[in-house]
Amino acid sequence: MVIDYSTQLHYVLALLPETVLSVWAMLVLLLDVFQKGERSEASSPGIAWITLLGVLLAAAANLWLLTLREASPAGVIAIDSFRVFSNFLFLLAAALFVLISTRYLEQEHLRLGEIYVLVLLATVGMMIFAGSRDLMVIFLGLELMSVPVYVLTGVNRRSARSAEGALKYFLLGAFSSAFFLFGIAMIYGGTRSTNLTLIAAAIGVDGLGANALVKIGMALLAVGFGFKVAAVPFHMWTPDAYEGAPAPITGFMAAGVKAAAFAAFLRVFLTAFPGLWETWGAMVFWLAILTMVGANLIALVEPNVKRMLAYSSISHAGYLLVALAAASAVGAASFLFYLVVYTLMTMGAFAVLLAVAGPGEEWLDVESYAGLGWRNPMLGVVMTVFLLSLAGFPFTGGFIGKVFILRAAVEKGFVVLAVVLVLASLVSYWYYLRVAWYMWFREATADSPTVPAVPLGLRIALVAAAAAVVLLGVFPGAFLSLAERSAASLMQAPSSVIGLLH
Amino acid sequence: MLEAYAPILILAVVSAVAAAGMVIGSHFLGPIRPTPAKRGVYESGITPLGNARERFSVKFYMVAILFIVFDLETVFLIPWAVTFRALGVSGFVEMLIFIGVLLVGFVYVWKKGALQWE
Repeated sequence: MVIDYSTQLHYVLALLPETVLSVWAMLVLLLDVFQKGERSEASSPGIAWITLLGVLLAAAANLWLLTLREASPAGVIAIDSFRVFSNFLFLLAAALFVLISTRYLEQEHLRLGEIYVLVLLATVGMMIFAGSRDLMVIFLGLELMSVPVYVLTGVNRRSARSAEGALKYFLLGAFSSAFFLFGIAMIYGGTRSTNLTLIAAAIGVDGLGANALVKIGMALLAVGFGFKVAAVPFHMWTPDAYEGAPAPITGFMAAGVKAAAFAAFLRVFLTAFPGLWETWGAMVFWLAILTMVGANLIALVEPNVKRMLAYSSISHAGYLLVALAAASAVGAASFLFYLVVYTLMTMGAFAVLLAVAGPGEEWLDVESYAGLGWRNPMLGVVMTVFLLSLAGFPFTGGFIGKVFILRAAVEKGFVVLAVVLVLASLVSYWYYLRVAWYMWFREATADSPTVPAVPLGLRIALVAAAAAVVLLGVFPGAFLSLAERSAASLMQAPSSVIGLLH
Repeated sequence: MLEAYAPILILAVVSAVAAAGMVIGSHFLGPIRPTPAKRGVYESGITPLGNARERFSVKFYMVAILFIVFDLETVFLIPWAVTFRALGVSGFVEMLIFIGVLLVGFVYVWKKGALQWE
């Protein structure tokens, strides 16, 4: 079926996964409140499985999107394989959140239906953020994603750290939204359009159609995206927000929110500003170097594993920025591949962290992991897989992803970036492998935490994520070609859109 | 294109100058005879009792937030009602969806007991 947005029905069809998820969120909200009424006790455990069902339904609707064709490459809602691919990624993060969080939320007396509703709505926001071609709709998606996540960060009302993280995240997030919006206004002033494809046509292939307004607007957009993906020097909120938020929500933020911001970053800059690559390529180049160097150096001396993972997520933003700076088909494909691996290994690492941390997240130090591998081999083995992949060890998805990013960077002549990436990865081996070393080569002491049995949902999520990380590392071919095809839908020749200018 | 915005700029400048002129003018030209009653926080109100930075019950914030939500609903409803004929059936359906979403929130708030003062 061809979608040309001539009737309202076309919008509903193009937004079917988002619609399914929004309706489901409202359903969960009503079900929950009718079941427990005014009492503020825990929701029934079934609420998690109902949420998971909604995510699966949205995934089915997302698959169905592949049967649609779009009439023009300037439609407000993109219907391309890039959108389908990134939507699956966000739904994966939401599903993993539901699976890893059940026991944690119960133990912290946080099993509230509202948490699941907010996660579903944030996922809708991510899908709109990364799937739209109009800057105003992209901003709408950005806010729909961010506002629920601000609330989720502070959802543990009894924890002062949680409240502090939420407030910092909210203030800086609102600040970055203002940058973003101001950038949109500048670009609209310079090109008279908010549509990415029409902006590209106004700027032209050689970038000659861009005036100072467009360039300033583009820089402001990059600042807004920099905040959301936590690139140095816009990363200040990250360690506090990630440390303060309940651990499963930190995982969801580190994986889902970051993936969405990166997917939207890629779409906006590759679709709207291919003609200005000379300008923004240099900008992203320096962001990538600062992020890789800064985050890895701070992570070296961080004894708290939750904060270490926060800095690790910043450093991974640096690696992804390298792929973005390359701005090529190879770069975009390696970018998508790395995002998937990153989502799996980050959520996995946070899932193990929350199993070890225990009630009140008491055990976050690296010492808590002493002897974990021998006391609970299942957790030990999967955590080792995630850590090796985060570090970029051969035969893991993280390694293959980094190799493809390096290839994309070198092809574009960014040898400096490639060298910094390799050096930064070498540095990161120290702080990832330190945790692994504690797990296998340190004896558990008397005050090491006792890790209770891992519940079924968490076990399924952990084993599946670890298996996927290894599988992507050993047989990346099929998945990489999928990523390449999805990325190709973004890299259409700008000449094909010139005819759209009126 | 930017010239089209010149009237807005002129309006902004004129209103800023007028407002500043009134404040400055009355400050310099007007007679100033202070009395204790005039210097109070509310010149024609009740004398303030104690500090304003007190802790308020969360109930007030609940009412304020709910007021904003439903106040904004009217902000959207009035322009819609004015252009009802022009928007046609699709506008009607869209507004039904919008009100439906708000209704879900309203039911939630009601069941949650946020509307009860006790």
